[in-house]
Amino acid sequence: MKRRSAFVLSALAFGYAFLYVPLASVIFYSFNDSRLATVWGGFSTRWYGELWGNDQVLDAAFLSLRIAVTSATLATVLGTLAGLALVRVTRFRGRTLFSAMITSPLVMPEVITGLSLLLLFVSLQQLVGWPAQRGFSTITIAHTTFSMAYVAVVVRSRLAAMDQSLEEAAMDLGGRPLRVLVDITLPLIYPAMLAGWLLAFTLSLDDLVIASFVSGPGSNTLPMYIFSKVKLGVTPDINALASLVILFVSAGVLLAWLVTRRGPGQPGRT
Amino acid sequence: MTESAVKQFVNRNWQRLIVAVPYLWLLVFFLAPFAIILKISVADPVIAQPPFTPAFDETGRLQATWDNFTFLLTDKLYAITYLKSVTMAASATVLCLLIGFPMAYGIARASAGVRNLLLLLIILPFWISFLLRVYAWMGLMNNYGVINNFLIWLGVIDQPMQLMYRDFAIYVGLVYSYLPFMILPLYATLERMDLDLVDAAMDLGASPSVAFFDVTWPLARPGVVAGCLLVFIPAIGEYVIPYLLGGPEALLIGRVLFDEFFVNRDWPLASAVAIVLLLLLVVPIVLLQRSQARDTELAS
Repeated sequence: MKRRSAFVLSALAFGYAFLYVPLASVIFYSFNDSRLATVWGGFSTRWYGELWGNDQVLDAAFLSLRIAVTSATLATVLGTLAGLALVRVTRFRGRTLFSAMITSPLVMPEVITGLSLLLLFVSLQQLVGWPAQRGFSTITIAHTTFSMAYVAVVVRSRLAAMDQSLEEAAMDLGGRPLRVLVDITLPLIYPAMLAGWLLAFTLSLDDLVIASFVSGPGSNTLPMYIFSKVKLGVTPDINALASLVILFVSAGVLLAWLVTRRGPGQPGRT
Repeated sequence: MTESAVKQFVNRNWQRLIVAVPYLWLLVFFLAPFAIILKISVADPVIAQPPFTPAFDETGRLQATWDNFTFLLTDKLYAITYLKSVTMAASATVLCLLIGFPMAYGIARASAGVRNLLLLLIILPFWISFLLRVYAWMGLMNNYGVINNFLIWLGVIDQPMQLMYRDFAIYVGLVYSYLPFMILPLYATLERMDLDLVDAAMDLGASPSVAFFDVTWPLARPGVVAGCLLVFIPAIGEYVIPYLLGGPEALLIGRVLFDEFFVNRDWPLASAVAIVLLLLLVVPIVLLQRSQARDTELAS
């Protein structure tokens, strides 16, 4: 142990530097006055100001947020139901197919998910005329489909670790299933649902490839906008945008960490 | 009194409902799309909207062709692309393991307070946009980027090195993006491991390396397997990293599929590419699901 600890310590130091130096450098250069993104031209906050005046960025960010909130909410409802189905309904027809379909989106390459959903939307449009155009609704459906898998996994592990006797007692005392679900089960699993919602929200905000497939002309999410800009190289206003995202997310995660650390003991892995 | 009728319905059929609602969603938006990919992969490309032949012609005869698959299997470019995707993903997985194992070990052996913070710092990048993290490396590895400027300032080099638009840059991007996926499962098994076993082996005269390979490594195997699969599977179909960091000759399968679809508008061939990619991934995906099923059994 002792002999290896110098090696382990340096591995840790190197690893964390590897993870955080790029992020730090983006934040540092976002305050660079020069238009050349990597040549230092003095301190300035002008890129943040330009970002605020850029309608394309604001529109894309607003669309992304709307999709993320809607799809995360839908995914939480569907994923929670799926988690309940997997843990509480032990026998039903096609259970194997169901559990395979629930976990597959977790490992499916994004290009395949995106392509298959686009082909579905195109076929549906031919058959029933819906969706007439692709954009908010199709991206939301695509994001719901892959992120409900994450919610289901989180909820399922919470349910599996939970004491079933409370629910059984409520049922024995004559509680109707809906009442038991609302009064007993949901309050017990809501931390997992909240974690699942946040995960789904982040995954939706993060997704580029699937959204690129299923969106139509004119509807650009924030990652799509960023991708179209950074294809051409590093630019200072994207540095500013990236810094805002990094700071915002870090603050959120730290806050969540501080809150859950004081809360009742629950598994830290989500 | 419709509300109570609804309630009665839910109460009577609650088991059926909690199964049926997500089940239907997945059938429509997950399974049906795969059936469509399969169908289009055996169609012929035509210049029309949509650009492929229907499954049945006017006389109701089935039109299906293996052309797209035979083309994929006989065309050298595609063989090279698949091979390159697999080898790059595998190499990136090994690199992640080499960097991630000592880190996971260090985190698992830290005191409780420090451990939580270290773990948080591993998870944090995962919440920050993937695209922006790849972008961060563009600023570092540019010809006039941070790394080159720093090395020139140190006097190590006097000309900027070409870092970007090479396989090297793709490896950096893959390892950087997927390292947390390796560390977390490794940490989970190492943390459960009984340290006394290592001490016992050392007390009985085993050298550190023997103790590592005979005790630590076998016990950590489930985490190693899970971590490797969690890196390997998504890395194979990666699109953004080779596009932004790799050169134009970095033909990886995710990018080829994307271009075949959007640039060449050959939907049948793109579908066939997707199916072959999926077939390549069947074995790793089944292995992963089995290792995760074992993990949930252990946990409960």
